[in-house]
Amino acid sequence: MAALINVPAKARRGDVIEIRTLTSHIMETGFRHTADGALVPRDIITSFMCRYNGTEIFRADLFPAIAANPYLSFFTVAKESGKFEFEWIGDNGYSSSASAMITVE
Amino acid sequence: MPTTRRQFLNLAGSLTVAGTIPIVTLRPLEATPAMLTAAIRNVVGEAPLRTGKVKLDIPPLVENGNTVPMTVSVASPMTADDYVKSIHVFNEKNPQPNIGNFYLSPSSGRAQVSTRIRLADTQKVVAIARLSDDTFWQVAADVVVTLAACTEEMN
Repeated sequence: MAALINVPAKARRGDVIEIRTLTSHIMETGFRHTADGALVPRDIITSFMCRYNGTEIFRADLFPAIAANPYLSFFTVAKESGKFEFEWIGDNGYSSSASAMITVE
Repeated sequence: MPTTRRQFLNLAGSLTVAGTIPIVTLRPLEATPAMLTAAIRNVVGEAPLRTGKVKLDIPPLVENGNTVPMTVSVASPMTADDYVKSIHVFNEKNPQPNIGNFYLSPSSGRAQVSTRIRLADTQKVVAIARLSDDTFWQVAADVVVTLAACTEEMN
């Protein structure tokens, strides 16, 4: 699925940088009904993880109270050039991933 | 005795009324303040919950509860021996009391998380931070919601 990742392309060593992620997902709460009364089954992303050169730096548990197309922003210290990997895991075997590169000077 | 028109209408009317009652009472349950307390106790355990250190930025009045921007930040130096382990956000009146759990580390540099949430009603939102010394700090904010999220009908 489509994901939008915002990581600065360049940073100085030791800088605190903001990482913003947005992924497309319906985040169906499991509490809604159709017009004829049937319950719409839950379909949400339950877990998000970010790794920086293989090390986990941020993790989140998501619940139905997170809005559709989950947006998350968090911070990390730029330590070395390399790769950020992002992973979303959800109901019904949902899984998606994305990555971004950073150059640290 | 033949059924009169009046009897027939009375019977039909009462059946209709009886038929509508279950639909009215079939509303989804709201999380009660007791559920909120239980969810918080799940995270905090028996540890004391102190007020302060945590800042919750959320609009006090939202028109659409389907996407409410929210930022939680914690006053912390984020060093190896004094940092924020996790941030937990709860609500009072959605069908479920949890909103999100966010796990940080000293390499986060700044203890701040933003996301967008759903609010089903005018209610209180609570953010709790767990620090590296296993103390818990909380803050609460009241939000007025004019269009509720989570439980509306599908179109």
